[in-house]
Amino acid sequence: MTKFFQLVIAGIEIGSIYALVALAIVIIYASTGLKNLAQGEMAMFSAFIAYQFHAWGLGIWLALILAILTTFVLGMGVQQVVLKPVQDSSLLTVVIVTLGLFLGLNSVAGFIWGYMMLAFPAIFPEGALEIGSVDISYAAIGVFAVLLACAGALFALFQFTKIGLAMRAVAYNKETSMLVGVQVNRVIMVGFGLAASLGAVGGIFAAPKLFLDPFMMLTVLIYALASAAFGGLDSPLGAVIAGLFIGIIENLAGGYIGFIGSDLKIVVPLVIILGTLLFRPQGLLGRKYIPRV
Amino acid sequence: MSLLEVNNLVAGYGMVQVLNGISLSVEDGEVAVVLGANGAGKTTTLRALTGMIKTSGSVLFEGEEMVGKKTDQIVRRRIAHVPQGRGTVAQMDVDENLDLGAYIRTDKAGIAADRQKMFELFPRLAERRKQSAGSLSGGEQQMLAIARALMMSPRLLLLDEPSLGLAPLIIRSVFDTLRQINTEFGTTMLVVEQNANLALSIAKTAFVLETGDIVAGGSAEQIAADDTIRKAYLGI
Repeated sequence: MTKFFQLVIAGIEIGSIYALVALAIVIIYASTGLKNLAQGEMAMFSAFIAYQFHAWGLGIWLALILAILTTFVLGMGVQQVVLKPVQDSSLLTVVIVTLGLFLGLNSVAGFIWGYMMLAFPAIFPEGALEIGSVDISYAAIGVFAVLLACAGALFALFQFTKIGLAMRAVAYNKETSMLVGVQVNRVIMVGFGLAASLGAVGGIFAAPKLFLDPFMMLTVLIYALASAAFGGLDSPLGAVIAGLFIGIIENLAGGYIGFIGSDLKIVVPLVIILGTLLFRPQGLLGRKYIPRV
Repeated sequence: MSLLEVNNLVAGYGMVQVLNGISLSVEDGEVAVVLGANGAGKTTTLRALTGMIKTSGSVLFEGEEMVGKKTDQIVRRRIAHVPQGRGTVAQMDVDENLDLGAYIRTDKAGIAADRQKMFELFPRLAERRKQSAGSLSGGEQQMLAIARALMMSPRLLLLDEPSLGLAPLIIRSVFDTLRQINTEFGTTMLVVEQNANLALSIAKTAFVLETGDIVAGGSAEQIAADDTIRKAYLGI
């Protein structure tokens, strides 16, 4: 049983990262219908920014808060400069543009910080909480708490604030939003900033575990996209649940099924997701879109 | 000076011109209707007024030029537009749709009072406050769309075929409510409609639109009494 709980905790830790990046993808998809393939690279870039602030002598918490704020602004800039011009273009165009953004950010990060793995300072104290024979690392508790805080803040923003109301309205119905006086483009821009910040949180809290290099978010992005699809592309709650689920299943499969080990474990959750989506294409909590004639 | 003065308004979609320079005006406090068949340009007229499509010519609202302004800027002059097909957010509940209607306002007390007024005007909506707009019946959705528009406390209310897709009894009650809104709140309205008889019954002024041109205009009584117009354009 100890092994089981240990694997579940490791799964929650990495699953929280998937969930944060998946949340970012879902927010952008819900408001613009765009699947941002560069979300992971944007998060990686934010982790480097946090690293840089820290290297300049700022405390780690101050560095990461500044990096998240910087990312908010950068995210809005990326939307205005790169994505807004192609907002209404064909799917293929948009995919190519986000792929270009992916490669561009990757190369720029490599150019500035190099391709060598850098150690990112620990954010949470070393050590673990011992419950019976199970060790729960402070890092795992911390990352999970950060996920819950972000998800809670997001929920409050959507439900109780005017900008949240506008963001939901824009996601559902742009024409009606315009007709009540919402500045639709500005709301989409803020949504991008918000999504980029959430991704940044994921990237920064993943960095101490995954080490820092331009390719650190590659696997995370695949799992985050899978989480978003699995949970329902327009459901923030679905993204969180799916992210945690994938993290846990991945670890359990790696730990228990002999021939899978750490190489094949990446495949297991994806197989489960594929199976689920065959029967429920809208994802676990996604809305089924029924067009009206 | 009229509340709304439209002069030589040209509008369309892409290369296709739909309005060939129409002129009309709406006086403060009145109900004006634009009548016309399918494809006459009724919806286009309203979309042009709120800046949703490319437009040239002149739209003076309270003496201020609206052509060239963005939709949200025009809406902020308190022009409410209920588009065809309701114009509510189907996934949000009744309360949230009303919140959204009051988006440009900041006077909390006034918003609360207006919400109360809406529930008095449309008791069905009060019963369904927490139901999503999409789950309401067609008539209730139209009422919600009108209530949503009124939550802005509009200087001018634009209505695009409020009768569309509704049962005859419901249509009558929608128009009765519109008349009541006009007399009780003094809300100025511009209604575009195919259902000429009903629309003329609540209007003071009427215009007839025929493939992008205004072919007749005058008091609603005049238009209703003019046999040539009735036969040629209104089919009644």
